[in-house]
Amino acid sequence: MRATTSVTTDAPVVRTIALTRRFGSLLAVDALDLTIAAGTIFGLLGSNGAGKTTVIRMLTTLLPPTSGTAEVAGYDIVRDAARVRRHIGYVPQLLSADGALTGYENLLLSARLYDVPRAEQKPRITEALAFMGLDAAAHTLVRTYSGGMVRRLEVAQATLHHPTVLFLDEPTIGLDPIARRAVWERLKQSRQQFAMTMLITTHDMEEAEVLCDSLAIMHSGRIAALGTPAALKGQLGPHATLDDVFVKAAGGSIDQGGGYRDTVRTRSTTARLG
Amino acid sequence: MTPSAPVALPPASVEGEPRGALAACAAFARHSAAILAVEVRKMLRDPTDLFTRAVQPLLWLLVFGQVFTRTRAIPTGPLSYIEFMAPGVLAQSVLFTAIFYGIGVIWERDLGVVHKLLASPASRTSLVFGKAMAAGIRTVSQAVIIVLLAVIMGVRVRFDPMSLIGVVCAVMLGGALFSTFSLVIACIVKTRDRFMGIGQLLTMPLFFASNAIYPLEMMPRWLRAVAQYNPLTYLVEALRALMVQGGASSAGLPADFAVLMLVFIAFVLLAARLFPGLVR
Ligand SMILES: Nc1ncnc2c1ncn2[C@@H]1O[C@H](COP(=O)(O)OP(=O)(O)OP(=O)(O)O)[C@@H](O)[C@H]1O
Ligand SMILES: [Mg+2]
Repeated sequence: MRATTSVTTDAPVVRTIALTRRFGSLLAVDALDLTIAAGTIFGLLGSNGAGKTTVIRMLTTLLPPTSGTAEVAGYDIVRDAARVRRHIGYVPQLLSADGALTGYENLLLSARLYDVPRAEQKPRITEALAFMGLDAAAHTLVRTYSGGMVRRLEVAQATLHHPTVLFLDEPTIGLDPIARRAVWERLKQSRQQFAMTMLITTHDMEEAEVLCDSLAIMHSGRIAALGTPAALKGQLGPHATLDDVFVKAAGGSIDQGGGYRDTVRTRSTTARLG
Repeated sequence: MTPSAPVALPPASVEGEPRGALAACAAFARHSAAILAVEVRKMLRDPTDLFTRAVQPLLWLLVFGQVFTRTRAIPTGPLSYIEFMAPGVLAQSVLFTAIFYGIGVIWERDLGVVHKLLASPASRTSLVFGKAMAAGIRTVSQAVIIVLLAVIMGVRVRFDPMSLIGVVCAVMLGGALFSTFSLVIACIVKTRDRFMGIGQLLTMPLFFASNAIYPLEMMPRWLRAVAQYNPLTYLVEALRALMVQGGASSAGLPADFAVLMLVFIAFVLLAARLFPGLVR
């Protein structure tokens, strides 16, 4: 049995402690203190360049913090990085399935790298492909997939090993409404069955509202607003929308920082997918 | 109970964690094998470059080999010049293929594939080792083609099974070694453009500062000193002893393999350290 299921849902599965990251003189993440309770879907919002991806890259141990630290599934991301990696799943912001492999082979690689028991590999892959509506495309090269199909494949990959915490960086970007719903269903189902905790970034207010139990809006590396979607709206008045909350928290102006790098990357990914 | 300050969750169970050295080795083998399997699959899916890579060695053997065999300008002991150089050309083609391996990894980094590998529980060493093994296997096709070419050109090739197996092992080890070296460079320079520059800068010196196409004894003293620290020299020596009748290794085969193995292990450990830096 996994320890998470026996613990009260209030205990944090992710806790950042003055988590900070600089890039040269740029303070991308500024002494972030954040806790995410077990079994919740936590949404991280914020304008381009606010620091969302940087937070996720630190929590997935890909990027060392400049100062501060965090605990994921009870382990320190700096001192115990290898243990952290046994308990997480990750969908990067870039489309990152291997185009030279088929969907099935991508899933098999994940299953093997994440130590899914041998006997369960095939059934889990089959189930995941079916759930994501990819069974027909299972044996064609991912290079020929549409962007939305790649995204669904990646969500399938990241949930295959039933991680304690799942990090999803804009998982539904570029998905059509049906595919988007399929991803939401998958995430909700995973949480229900395996008590998974999720940290998800998004620019989609509907997604934040429908999917997330709790939200944080980041601005220039700091938390500008925090709470449940309902509470955040309630603070602004009876008819406020999440858009209003976002605009207020994010300062209402177009952020100067960042964006460019990611835009370039997204473009080149699009080019790759034709 | 203090509900305002949530208690940190006790560490999640470590059921999947390898316990003991044996389990750690098993995990290492599983993860390396997973990487190896996908790399080999990709290679088989697009085998054209396995053959285009045979063109350059063919030219070396045909042109350079035949001209110098005729001039007899290079003292090669009991071997004809073409017999002397055939193992050198094989080693060279292994080097030239493997040295650009890193560019594929940079490409995968740009696509985000490497990020996912590095966020997985597979140890960095197992990732690097799996990729190195795949690069090693890649070179076997070159060995087959070049040995056949050598036979056609009149080289007295050793055909006993042990020698053939030895050639394959040496070639795989060489391919694994130089591809891991390439990965180290990729982790340092990080971009494709810079990598192309460095790759081109390195291959020719590595090639010429070795005994691939002329014996060490012919070299000026300084070059000989350099060549003695060049892993390619040991690969050439091993191949000369294993591939050609009458060929011998001056240091002896076990010494050649030991040097290659040690250098390979050193590069794997170094690459495993540097690999995470590729995505920062
Ligand atoms: N490797 C890097 N080198 C230098 N600067 C970086 C690097 N990665 C991120 N940054 C900068 O850090 C800031 C935060 O970037 P980050 O990618 O975390 O933003 P984000 O909130 O994910 O934005 P988006 O919504 O566009 O994805 C930006 O100003 C960005 O330019
Ligand atoms: Mg981002």
